[in-house]
Amino acid sequence: MDDIKEVVLEYVKAEYAEDEDEVTYDTPLISGGLVDSFSMVSLKRFLETKYKISIPDDKATPEAFDSVNKIVQLVKEFQK
Amino acid sequence: MSYSDRARGLYLNQLNGLKESGIFKQERFIHSNQSAEIEVEYPPGSSVKKVINICSNNYLGLSSHPEVVKAAHAGLDYRGFGMSSVRFICGTQDIHHELEARVTEFLGTEDTILFPSCMDANAGVFEAILTSDDVMISDRLVHASIIDGMRLCSAEHDTFKHSNMEHLEEKLEQYANKRLRMVITDGVFSMDGDTARLDEMARLCEKHDALLFVDDSHATGFIGKTGRGTHEKYGVMGQVDVITTTFGKALGGASGGCVSGRRELVEMCRQRARPYLFSNTISPVIVSGTLRAFELLTQTTERRDKLEKNTIYWRKGLSEAGLIIKEGDTPIVPVMLFNAKLSQDFSRDLYDLGIYAIGFFFPVVPQGQARIRTQVSAAHEIHHLNQALEAFTAIGKKYNILGKTKQEIIEMYGM
Repeated sequence: MDDIKEVVLEYVKAEYAEDEDEVTYDTPLISGGLVDSFSMVSLKRFLETKYKISIPDDKATPEAFDSVNKIVQLVKEFQK
Repeated sequence: MSYSDRARGLYLNQLNGLKESGIFKQERFIHSNQSAEIEVEYPPGSSVKKVINICSNNYLGLSSHPEVVKAAHAGLDYRGFGMSSVRFICGTQDIHHELEARVTEFLGTEDTILFPSCMDANAGVFEAILTSDDVMISDRLVHASIIDGMRLCSAEHDTFKHSNMEHLEEKLEQYANKRLRMVITDGVFSMDGDTARLDEMARLCEKHDALLFVDDSHATGFIGKTGRGTHEKYGVMGQVDVITTTFGKALGGASGGCVSGRRELVEMCRQRARPYLFSNTISPVIVSGTLRAFELLTQTTERRDKLEKNTIYWRKGLSEAGLIIKEGDTPIVPVMLFNAKLSQDFSRDLYDLGIYAIGFFFPVVPQGQARIRTQVSAAHEIHHLNQALEAFTAIGKKYNILGKTKQEIIEMYGM
């Protein structure tokens, strides 16, 4: 399962971070302003395509997407 | 009574939450015309104070220009106060059509449609011209009104990193299977004052057969050699498919906006854009004043040239004083303070010294990028700018940030 963590971290870095941004598994992505709620949609789409899951809109909240660790938790919940 | 104590309590809690987190907005009452010097009552109930305004969108100083005011009076006399109808029933006068033609000519486009505001233009345009078979690819820092407009549209949406052309091209390739791809950007970004690289964006759109959309609200009238906008600055006039802009900033500053661009897209807006279909357009008073503002701009570039000189002077002065500004060449000049509280304290101290400029912090700008956003105007004389520079320098000294790096300021005050 650790590879999900790596994949999500790499995606977040490539898709959202600028060179000077330091991103770890616990970096607050949305509340910290790195990912805005509008851009979050592409992250949701990426997760759904990559892991062949469907995340209902009411679960795709800014809180659930607020760090790589939280995102991994969410993905695991829908992989079950 | 339906508005129960419970309902009132809910709203009071929300409002208190805004106050506690320091993001509760409060208006400042201005007792004069909009100009370089204004008379302000702040906080409410305090005595009126004369201050230099360095935070308005009155870029060309036309908001209270006697010629614009005179034309607005004439519009009121000859065409009345209101239309009491939407455009397509009985709410279109000859002067509405005249203003649309004038904008088309000024921007070098094919056609134009007026909207009550640029916020409305952005709210209506995407839904009118795109469908669920299409994709909208927007810069991450576009204005909130564009985001609202995209949310109202059934087309898929995605974003690219701010001004990152490689990332944009990746996205264009990713959505190659879509019926239409539209690249969406501001011309001048309102918080940072930088400009979109429209020459490169136009080239990418040409290469990938995509449409290009630009909101030029902070550019029309003064960016580019003759003030046509960001597309003139980057030499791509005629290559931008949709331009939205406002009359509520440089062009007299009252209100109103438009969609200008390819003939068929404008016609689609006339048929389908909901803010156009279901609300009155700009009143005759504003149309007349705005027409005069365009005439003044077309006769001479004097005001635009003065604004450019003032901008260079202001940017140089702030840098030489040792303050950190966002690099660029537009009249939007953010003075970077990084810490939210410092930006509020700095703004309050400026006001005490007779300078009116506002601090911005998260969530309006990214975390750790708090700033005072200053905006230069052609209405400013050098003595206004000198007085403002003196105040910025004195307060910079007070907080010991002159000549300091970003890192040093963050070490002193935190993010």
